[in-house]
Amino acid sequence: MLELSGITKSYGTHRVLDDVGFRVPDGRLTGFVGGNGAGKTTTMRIMLGVLSRDRGEVTIDGTPLTAADRRRFGYMPEERGLYPKMKVLEQIVYLARLHGFSKADATTRARALLEELGLGERLNDNIETLSLGNQQRAQIAAALVHDPQVLILDEPFSGLDPLAVDVVAGVLQSRAAQGVGVLFSSHQLDVVERLCDDLVIIAGGVIRAAGTREGLRRQHQGHRFELVSTGDAGWLRSEPGVEVVEFDGGYALFDVDADETAQRVLRRAVAQGDVASFTPRHPSLAQIFTEVIQETAS
Amino acid sequence: MSTASPSFAQSTWLVAEREIGSKLRSKSFVISFLILFLGALALVVWGGFSAGNDSGSPVAVTPDATSYVQNAAGLEVRDVADRGAAETAVRDGDVEAAIVADSTSPTGFVVIGDSSVSNTILMALAQLPKVELLDPTGDAGFLGYIVAIGFGAIFFISAQTFGATIAQSVVEEKQTRVVELLISAVPVRALLAGKVIGNTVLAMGQILILAAVAVIGLTVTDQTALLTGIGAPIAWFAVFFLFGFILLAALFAAAAAMVSRQEDIGATTTPLILLVMAPYFLVIFAWNNPLILGIMSYVPFSAPVGMPMRLFLGDAMWWEPLLSLAILLVTCVGAILVGAKIYENSLLRMGARVKLGEALKR
Repeated sequence: MLELSGITKSYGTHRVLDDVGFRVPDGRLTGFVGGNGAGKTTTMRIMLGVLSRDRGEVTIDGTPLTAADRRRFGYMPEERGLYPKMKVLEQIVYLARLHGFSKADATTRARALLEELGLGERLNDNIETLSLGNQQRAQIAAALVHDPQVLILDEPFSGLDPLAVDVVAGVLQSRAAQGVGVLFSSHQLDVVERLCDDLVIIAGGVIRAAGTREGLRRQHQGHRFELVSTGDAGWLRSEPGVEVVEFDGGYALFDVDADETAQRVLRRAVAQGDVASFTPRHPSLAQIFTEVIQETAS
Repeated sequence: MSTASPSFAQSTWLVAEREIGSKLRSKSFVISFLILFLGALALVVWGGFSAGNDSGSPVAVTPDATSYVQNAAGLEVRDVADRGAAETAVRDGDVEAAIVADSTSPTGFVVIGDSSVSNTILMALAQLPKVELLDPTGDAGFLGYIVAIGFGAIFFISAQTFGATIAQSVVEEKQTRVVELLISAVPVRALLAGKVIGNTVLAMGQILILAAVAVIGLTVTDQTALLTGIGAPIAWFAVFFLFGFILLAALFAAAAAMVSRQEDIGATTTPLILLVMAPYFLVIFAWNNPLILGIMSYVPFSAPVGMPMRLFLGDAMWWEPLLSLAILLVTCVGAILVGAKIYENSLLRMGARVKLGEALKR
């Protein structure tokens, strides 16, 4: 398991990371979300040793990370880039060799991986002649070719069409299933929500929330309920302790001040007519995110 | 797992190998090298022809005038029976001029031409006073000038070509962001060392091929006298160029790392390009000025041109190239350290140009 603790980084007087700490467990997908300039890319670069930190520690299985450990990481930088005038296969082979594979091994792996990613017919084309989607696939191959123990992917889904999102998501899930710890950042909260097991929220260089997806949902579950009934739910508006969010005939979405209020509402609803459903509403990741950011802002 | 971490040397060599491979496959590089190669070849061959053309201008000579041409070099003598036959030969264009005895001429002979007589022939027949030089090595004449241009131009072209190559390759990696992938796999210094070594191998390869053209060409065209004079300076030139180029390469890489786009390379590499151009112009204008050449031969950036030139002219003591080389080596180590610092500090700074002060911090 990869773990960060107390990571601090400043550029001049501007502190971009402040006491950042979280875990990337093996075999799980960890989503890393935050606004622009929140410190996601800086954090990832520090994890990879591409950038130095002022303070703090990065450990793997409890021991400080070494350069040799980092060579077993797979990395996808936020801004994509490979050599434009180098052939696809050659490029991936080169990167595998930099990670310590022999030329023969590197070639076998690169070929197999590129074929798996659907680039089997473009092996000898220059990167610059590929479509953006195919360049992205080559980029994924670059991150995976050396069989990394840990994957750190900065915005792996940005700029992808929905089909390609599924391909990439599939690749990440299969790697996690093999025991690889995966950390990925994304602006697309719906994708993160669908994909990740764990979640880390960062804002202004500080970790605002971290934990399992379900845990965070429970934590931020609030008191929102959804009622679907045959009768008219208009009476809800005058019910003490209830605030109606949405209303349409027998449908109502509302917040309550306490659990007892919810129970009282349910009893009254049953008395008024047939209740088709009465469910607590789980907040979406987008809601949790907004809430967390606002909490800390106020 | 199946892999051991590659050593620093292995990583460096991998980077160097890619650098060399991608350059050799670039058409523009191959074409410009061929032009340089053919130019050097043409120069040597032309030199060979003009030197080998000693058979001279054909002249018709009557039996009574043979004594006048005996000591004249550069004439191809054809014997003719008398003045009449000589005039016919000139008129027919078989010879350029005829030399016949004539008691009315103060020299005892006349030169008969068709409409004019070339100076070459007149000079060959002229009787000049004997010249004695007090400092015979002081002035190598036209040949010295050619050699100066040769060393200057080759240094300038090679250092400029491969310096620019390094700069472009550094910025390409920065601009395409592939650099982040690279330095997550290998140490930054291995990346820098690989680039410097790769391009040094290419530049030295080019220099050695050109040197071989010169040496083989001079041997084949039988200009061995020139070869003995220029062989040692060429060897010294190669040695000085090796370290001079490493020095420049480290600085070019560092300068390029400070910008993020190819369009901005000029902003930081211009001072270096001037450094590379200066020895070329200086040696052309001042190749026979011992003071300027003396200074040039010790300043690390111009020593690769200045010292071989002085060796060719024969005004350097045996220990001078060694001292100059030592100065160059020390500067080279310094440049590598400073260059590596700038390179490391600037590599991930995207966007605006990194200020030199910031690049040198810590």
